[in-house]
Amino acid sequence: MPKQGEFYQRDRQRHPPAHDPRYKTSVARSPQYSLISLENTVSEITGPVFGHNDIDEMDRDLIYNYAQPGESAIGERIILHGRVLDENARPVPNTLVEIWQANAGGRYRHKKDTYLAPIDPNFGGCGRTLTDENGYYYFRTIKPGAYPWRNYVNSWRPAHIHVSVFGTSFAQRLISQVYFEGDPLIPKCPIVQTIPSQEAIDSLIALLDMNATIPLDTIAYKFDIVLRGRRSTLFENRLEGN
Amino acid sequence: MVQKLDYLKETPSQTAGPYVHIGLAPGAAGFDIYERELGWDIAGPNAAGERIRIEGLVIDGTGSPVKDVMLEAWQANAAGIYAHPEGGGAVEEGFRGWGRVITDFATGEWGFDTVKPGKVPGRNPTTQAPHITLWIVARGINVGLNTRLYFDDEGEANASDPVLNLIEWERRRGTLIAKRTEKDGKVVYRFDIRLQGEDETVFFDI
Repeated sequence: MPKQGEFYQRDRQRHPPAHDPRYKTSVARSPQYSLISLENTVSEITGPVFGHNDIDEMDRDLIYNYAQPGESAIGERIILHGRVLDENARPVPNTLVEIWQANAGGRYRHKKDTYLAPIDPNFGGCGRTLTDENGYYYFRTIKPGAYPWRNYVNSWRPAHIHVSVFGTSFAQRLISQVYFEGDPLIPKCPIVQTIPSQEAIDSLIALLDMNATIPLDTIAYKFDIVLRGRRSTLFENRLEGN
Repeated sequence: MVQKLDYLKETPSQTAGPYVHIGLAPGAAGFDIYERELGWDIAGPNAAGERIRIEGLVIDGTGSPVKDVMLEAWQANAAGIYAHPEGGGAVEEGFRGWGRVITDFATGEWGFDTVKPGKVPGRNPTTQAPHITLWIVARGINVGLNTRLYFDDEGEANASDPVLNLIEWERRRGTLIAKRTEKDGKVVYRFDIRLQGEDETVFFDI
């Protein structure tokens, strides 16, 4: 098999631009100069490696990982599951997936969140797991609530779960947000709408997955994550120096 | 019908938002949930090389410090080897090369302790000056920003660094060079990141 070379160039037309005045905070936090494009070196094709010693099995179960003994978090019990793949549709195994979210009422357990919806004493709101050899991951959690934020005076975020993925290299590092099928707040959200195409927005929407739902227990949503793919070095490999 | 290219498309990025700490640094958000938070020890106890501290601010387009940033660092060890199967060899036990830091909510200051990295190979027969790759996410940043930190006491290596030399505006190269100082007997490199405006830091599409 040919050696692996560079990662495919990131399609910046598919990602949000740095500056989008509808998302007001981006105005003062977006660079004005263009990014400088780099060909991959060893600094970009490598990245941190995580193992089972880094995390606990319970870290993926947000209903119980912050609950008092005998208690559980309040809200709609959901499984969020899917695969981490690269653009070549190959699974990304043993990669760290981290999530964080508000509780069922849209309140975050964060000292900076002052929204009047109450904290759930049995819900922390963060989880993490490693994908298996097939790139598969799963979490159990509570479906988060929508919440207001100071963008326009009446802006509300759709229900969402933040997700962070590493892949095998720093070039694949990605943070995004998972939305839920059918949520009418999605088309109204300035953060969602920073994404230029409807097709790309749709790829952030987790689908109701009745096949994975546990009857009388927990409903399920499926969400696949795609990281940058890598080309094979068929005829030259100038990456490592020779 | 013609054949089709069957590549998938990368998941689009979204901002990490104001509460990134809950997921990635819950202790800073105000609660303990994990036995081990990740990314606080970059080099480990066995790493060879000079122990250094990096400190700085992230500053927005109004000149104000950004107080809800998370940064991640990725670097080679003092011998220029990354802790990765393609990293060029073996590293010291406990050397991870990766770190995660957040800014102080009151001041916006951030910092991390590590070892100074060595030179690493570049493309073709070139050598890259010692550097640390940084990735910056926060509310208002739609796609994580990549930059590099170089060291001001590596003038000769910096002058021949292939990435610094890609920046055709020579006066912008200085935005990537951290300034060496001493504080309480410790070597500290100061590295302020300006997201926008005068002396805007160079960011890369890697």
